[in-house]
Amino acid sequence: MHIERLIKMANDISDFFNAETDKDVAAEGVKNHILMAWEPRMRTAIITYHRENGGEGLTDLAKAAIAQLK
Amino acid sequence: MPINKEPDFGTPASTATGHVSLEIDGFKVTVPAGTSILRAAASIGIDIPKLCATDSLEPFGSCRLCLVQIEGGRGMPASCTTPVAEGQKVTTQNPRLAEVRRGVMELYISDHPLDCLTCSANGDCELQDMAGAVGLRQVRYNPVATHLAAVKDESNPYFTFDPSKCIVCSRCVRACEETQGTFALTMDGRGFDSKVSPSQNQAFMDSECVSCGACVQACPTATLMEKSVIDHGTPEHSIVTTCAYCGVGCSFRAEMKGEQVIRMVPAKDGKANHGHSCVKGRFAFGYATHKDRITQPMIRASIKDPWKEVSWEQAINHAASELKRIQAKYGKDAIGGITSSRCTNEETYLVQKLVRAGFGSNNVDTCARVCHSPTGYGLKQTFGESSGTQDFDSVMQADVILVIGANPTDGHPVFGSQMKRRLRQGAQLIVVDPREIDLVKNSPHVKADYHLKLRPGTNVALINALGHVVVAENLLDEAFVNGRCDTASFNKWKTFIADPRHAPESTEAITGVPAALIRAAAKCYATAGNGAIYYGLGVTEHSQGSTMVIGIANLAMATGNLGRIGVGVNPLRGQNNVQGSCDMGSFPHEFPGYRHVSDPETRQLFESAWQAPLSGEPGLRIPNMFEAALDGSFMGLYCEGEDIAQSDPDIKHVHAALRAMECVIVQDLFLNETAKFAHVFLPGSSFLEKDGTFTNAERRISPVRKVMKPLAGYQDWEVTQLLSHAMGYPMDYSHPSQIMDEIARLTPTFAGVSYEKIDRLGSIQWPCNDDSPEGTPVMHTQAFMRDNGKGLFMLTEYVASHEKITPMFPLILTTGRILSQYNVGAQTRRTANVAWHGEDRLEIHPHDAEDRGIKNDDWVGIKSRAGETVLRALITDRMQPGVVYTTFHFPESGANVITTDNSDWATNCPEYKVTAVQVTKVSQHSQWQEDYLAFSEQQLELLEQGLTHG
Repeated sequence: MHIERLIKMANDISDFFNAETDKDVAAEGVKNHILMAWEPRMRTAIITYHRENGGEGLTDLAKAAIAQLK
Repeated sequence: MPINKEPDFGTPASTATGHVSLEIDGFKVTVPAGTSILRAAASIGIDIPKLCATDSLEPFGSCRLCLVQIEGGRGMPASCTTPVAEGQKVTTQNPRLAEVRRGVMELYISDHPLDCLTCSANGDCELQDMAGAVGLRQVRYNPVATHLAAVKDESNPYFTFDPSKCIVCSRCVRACEETQGTFALTMDGRGFDSKVSPSQNQAFMDSECVSCGACVQACPTATLMEKSVIDHGTPEHSIVTTCAYCGVGCSFRAEMKGEQVIRMVPAKDGKANHGHSCVKGRFAFGYATHKDRITQPMIRASIKDPWKEVSWEQAINHAASELKRIQAKYGKDAIGGITSSRCTNEETYLVQKLVRAGFGSNNVDTCARVCHSPTGYGLKQTFGESSGTQDFDSVMQADVILVIGANPTDGHPVFGSQMKRRLRQGAQLIVVDPREIDLVKNSPHVKADYHLKLRPGTNVALINALGHVVVAENLLDEAFVNGRCDTASFNKWKTFIADPRHAPESTEAITGVPAALIRAAAKCYATAGNGAIYYGLGVTEHSQGSTMVIGIANLAMATGNLGRIGVGVNPLRGQNNVQGSCDMGSFPHEFPGYRHVSDPETRQLFESAWQAPLSGEPGLRIPNMFEAALDGSFMGLYCEGEDIAQSDPDIKHVHAALRAMECVIVQDLFLNETAKFAHVFLPGSSFLEKDGTFTNAERRISPVRKVMKPLAGYQDWEVTQLLSHAMGYPMDYSHPSQIMDEIARLTPTFAGVSYEKIDRLGSIQWPCNDDSPEGTPVMHTQAFMRDNGKGLFMLTEYVASHEKITPMFPLILTTGRILSQYNVGAQTRRTANVAWHGEDRLEIHPHDAEDRGIKNDDWVGIKSRAGETVLRALITDRMQPGVVYTTFHFPESGANVITTDNSDWATNCPEYKVTAVQVTKVSQHSQWQEDYLAFSEQQLELLEQGLTHG
């Protein structure tokens, strides 16, 4: 999967949940949304990217959420 | 069934609750107060002669035929305009009345052509019927002046206007006013000179007429007559079915001669349309038998090869073998399916079942991805169900109507007419739209009280500002919020929305809408009584589409505008079965009934019923499929009824993905744009050739009934079943009713639905189960459908679109639909509707045009970061400066060459409504258009070779 597109998608999701003041709750929201909506190869690609590149280009909230994904 | 005409009670039913008893010709009758004597008589089988009266229109009292005598009363009042009174004794027939009626008819006939035997209305003419009913035997007059030489107007492609046959009853004029609300027809002149006049004595096609057919339907003679009836004669039987165009889902009688549709007549008892129609459903059905229909299956190895006609067996086996080969090579997740909202419920259900159980993945999606998927997400989160809350009739009790990002008079014309009727009765109107839609001030006797002309892409800032005013000015419905909503989420939202950054004075710089206007509109919505929200793709097709839907839900909950008639949140669905295709489990993460695939209990239910293991992981959405295709991991697609190569955004990217796939199977009526990239073509069946159901925007499940044999031999659901069988997953349905029975068994909201019940009731609004055995017109009346029954408030921070205007791309392009065309145009482009709209145009404000030296009709290039296309300019002050607009009904327009890959954060619904562009005057097509025309021509040649040599 084109990683730039996945980064953009993850960041857009985090922009929505960023309205939540409790950032743990917000990260949980991003994580759950990705779990419920992303096909496994998309999840694998973003997890791998985060692990191998430190999540460059991802928002802090997206990074926090993806770090919780397995 | 025989062609029996629907009964006509002469005047509309009274809505009064009290009753009145009277005696008509010695028979006692009790009817609601306010009922006309004409209707009361008809209700007990006494037909009083009439010409100007019909029960779809208010009484007029002009023809003087329905006269009666009332004991103790004076003279002979018209029974259509005289209401019943307690104890009244009415006489409808006696020698005096008969003499007067004969005299009236004699005058009518003295100025009417006596060509009944060759008249197109022979046998279907109320004037003829009345002449017989009153016993007219001679016409004593020999008038020196008549209208018999009046010239026939044949300008409309679908009907003629022959004034020589007009009896000046005004039914057409009143239908145009009352039913359609266009006021295109007037009665010009007085006395003998009176005549029906389209606009200012213009031809119908030059007038304001929108060709809805209401006048033709109302005409009691052959004055206004369908050309198809003139050409082929009167139909001999009819079958009730449901329109295949927009999400209103109008009920029609397909009036037939054998297997030929003569005309589509809107059903008076249709609960979505109440006997009304638009130019598409009423007249534009000719595509179903258009010469472009492909009725033989075809295959080819490469898209550079000619097509080869083959048998159904060969085509199905080839398709299955290719899909299996791809799975063997790339893995089981390398194939998937896409359906359309033009498919029936049963068809979409079967395709998702085939993909989940037969292909072994959840890679199934539907075209709601690119229109209303944010509605599904937003309303499920907040209200607990992915659907609108009301029936259409609810609008008649709305006190203020808030239309956001929708254009009902073009996109949903029959509901638009109903809405205009309510507005003419006095409901207030707030329009939120960057463009001046007709409702703003271009509809007679309708004018928006507030037009919030926002900048495209700023919806969420605007809805937050409305919410802010509701909280800051204490306009909350606290009783509703406390009783019906989740308290913690409300308190959090209240704090969030009260922040000054959401105040209209703060958002004015973002939205461009003056703060005072927003404050006034918010007060109007919150305090006018019943507030009803209707919205369309101007809400959903944004990068914050889902956020906006949530914001709308927040606003409705905060003001208590939910759970009763006259209020609600109402998504106007673009296509006929958007609601239904979503209900049927067409999204990759949800089983039928919007239950997530990861839920073990639900999955086990379907595994048990379908006798197959099912994946608990979400599948690929449509745009994800394209990405995976380019990535080499998604190589086979079964696409039924959807034209992704025209309708999806950033079309060059889509085309590249389709080219990358090894097997594209298209099931459609025509060689559509996607089929030009296909390897297998399976002929589809039109809505006239199959049985099934559509579910409209108000959750109404309506019957689709086969009125002719499928031209290619199979109904679409049968083709899917054949493919499934060939894939090694046999299905064994013999009729779509069995598919619906299975849906009902497995889906709680459909538990009470069956074909028997649909036939008995005419239609059913889900939820339909033990709690609501005959359906649910208004949802959430006692509790929301979330687990705890409480409405959930969610935070909706405004986030600017990625799409920014710059000096290089200084304008924002937004897109929409026009009345006469439909979606990608595959159907309407193959009808005479092109007479109204034969090409897509770029609408541009006069100032932006002048800055660029652009004049009306000039060719202009529209360039975005994604691509470039060329259209002709239409200069109009409907647009605000800085914003341009186009429709997308013609593939050569390339509207989606310029739209980008930005999409809704939650659902990936494309951001069609916000594209930064530059517009310049040009003299030739864009390179993309040149390439497209060459490719398209090549594909048509390859088709021709296949048809010739196959």
